[in-house]
Amino acid sequence: MYQEIILDHYRNPVGRLILEPFDAEVHHVNPTCGDEITLRVKINDGVVTAIGHQGQGCSISQASTSVMTELLEGRTVQQALEVEAGFLALMQSRGAGQPDEELLEDAVAFSGVSKYPARVKCALLGWMAFKDAALQAVAQSVKDQS
Amino acid sequence: MTSRTPSSVTALDVTRIKADFPLLQRTIRDGKRLVYLDSGATSQKPSSVLDAERRFYEMHNAAVHRGAHQLGEEATDAYEGARETIARFIGAQSGDIVFTKNATEAINLVAYSLGNASFSDTAVGQSLSLQPGDRIVVTEMEHHANLIPWQELCRRTGAELAWLGVDDEGRLDLSTLDQIINDRTRVVAFTHQSNVLGTINPVAEIVARARAVQALVVLDACQSAPHMPLDVVELGVDFVTFSGHKMLGPTGIGVLWGRTEVLAAMPPFLTGGSMIETVYMDHATYVDPPQRFEAGTPVAAQAVGLAAACDYLTAVGMDKVFEHEHALTSYALEGLASISGLRVIGPNNANQRGGAVSFLVDDIHAHDVGQVLDDRGLEVRVGHHCAWPLMRRFGIAATTRASFYLYNDFSDVDALVESLDAAKTFFGVK
Ligand SMILES: Cc1ncc(COP(=O)(O)O)c(C=O)c1O
Repeated sequence: MYQEIILDHYRNPVGRLILEPFDAEVHHVNPTCGDEITLRVKINDGVVTAIGHQGQGCSISQASTSVMTELLEGRTVQQALEVEAGFLALMQSRGAGQPDEELLEDAVAFSGVSKYPARVKCALLGWMAFKDAALQAVAQSVKDQS
Repeated sequence: MTSRTPSSVTALDVTRIKADFPLLQRTIRDGKRLVYLDSGATSQKPSSVLDAERRFYEMHNAAVHRGAHQLGEEATDAYEGARETIARFIGAQSGDIVFTKNATEAINLVAYSLGNASFSDTAVGQSLSLQPGDRIVVTEMEHHANLIPWQELCRRTGAELAWLGVDDEGRLDLSTLDQIINDRTRVVAFTHQSNVLGTINPVAEIVARARAVQALVVLDACQSAPHMPLDVVELGVDFVTFSGHKMLGPTGIGVLWGRTEVLAAMPPFLTGGSMIETVYMDHATYVDPPQRFEAGTPVAAQAVGLAAACDYLTAVGMDKVFEHEHALTSYALEGLASISGLRVIGPNNANQRGGAVSFLVDDIHAHDVGQVLDDRGLEVRVGHHCAWPLMRRFGIAATTRASFYLYNDFSDVDALVESLDAAKTFFGVK
């Protein structure tokens, strides 16, 4: 389960910072273990220009959020949500998923996590926070324009 | 790492005990020896408990306290016989034992009944009701099961919640006992033994103060009833609650013991069949305890299983169980102290302490520690252990917890210490 790539991201996380300025901020908690994340996104013209996250959690949740940040920054919100959907499907596959390497890139390293139901929520913590924040940011910009 | 010589010889023949537990014969994660260190969450079951439940279903199954056929009589005898066995196990009278789903429900039963007392149409019932300005006292080390029901009762009645703090060693801070348990205090609810810290709390001292202000005392014995001899008369409290599944019994059954006169004054919590005396279209009257608090078809097979668990523990001897776990805990605390960067959350010595040992390993997250241990066949608990405020008190998010029972031995502790060493190497903090 602990691929080298996971341990690398755990030790040197990408995007672990307080992002300023930002368009949306969310706070997510995993009530079974108490892990928390505060995540901010900056979205310009429908493109995720930056993701920043803070909080504490296990190596899986930290590394997964870090890999996600690397993967999603620079994509359109729509592309980012497609990657998110692919990652969610992989995590829910109970070890039977065929990861789409083209879509998920480094995030395929988490395939093994899907065999451990108790850890799937850890891997998803950052991703769910991102999805929530991105949708809030988009909704806000639609409201601002109208 | 080589195993150390235990400082004391154990009171129990663990090899023989282990043979009584079918699940402990299996292997884990591709053939590894199973080292079960999570009895604080739930215990494994000996064959005698499984057999007792099976025998009940195969021979005596029928609805208890209903109907007049032979099977109904046998099922009722089995159920009421189980109540007597369980009562004896804690020095109680069987009429003061109420069966619930688990300890959580037992505590809720008390909290909801006290809440319902505000609407009681009898003077004794009303005497239990709480008013705005009254106080309920808990502690900072409570399991959520012994915290949230009291928060909710405060919300419904306008009573205020106060709590005894925990010091750095993981013991209750009793320096403010007299201020916190004040004249307005109506209920004092606290755990006998912490499921996180292992701390055994000084019942007599707290009870003495609670008595002085005539507060009811609720003792959460979830982590003590399975591990030490208990006598409700000696404890001097008003309520004792525990769960069957943590003491070799089945899931689906918990126990509320209550002082006779307090139970008698209490209005029901759940209502329906089995708890009524007479019923009319627009009102009903209720039977005496314990049936008043056992609405619905009773948990007969579970009661029979729990009685078999009590018989098993009694045959082994609860004093021996306690002594054995004490030796394991001392040995574990010594072993853990030898690991650099490991910090025990809770008392560092086995004095007034049970066999739940929580710790942090450098800054490796508890989930990661747990995963490495699991890969090596060791089952421990990780997380906040349903004691989130206690985690906050220590400024941490989660701990790894090993908890011992009568079927653990010194080699299990050795495996724990070795595996923690391996976890450190794995995450590169060595
Ligand atoms: C101290 C303590 N109190 C209460 C409970 C609640 O027990 P149950 O979940 O069986 O109702 C537990 C068990 O987790 C516990 O350890």
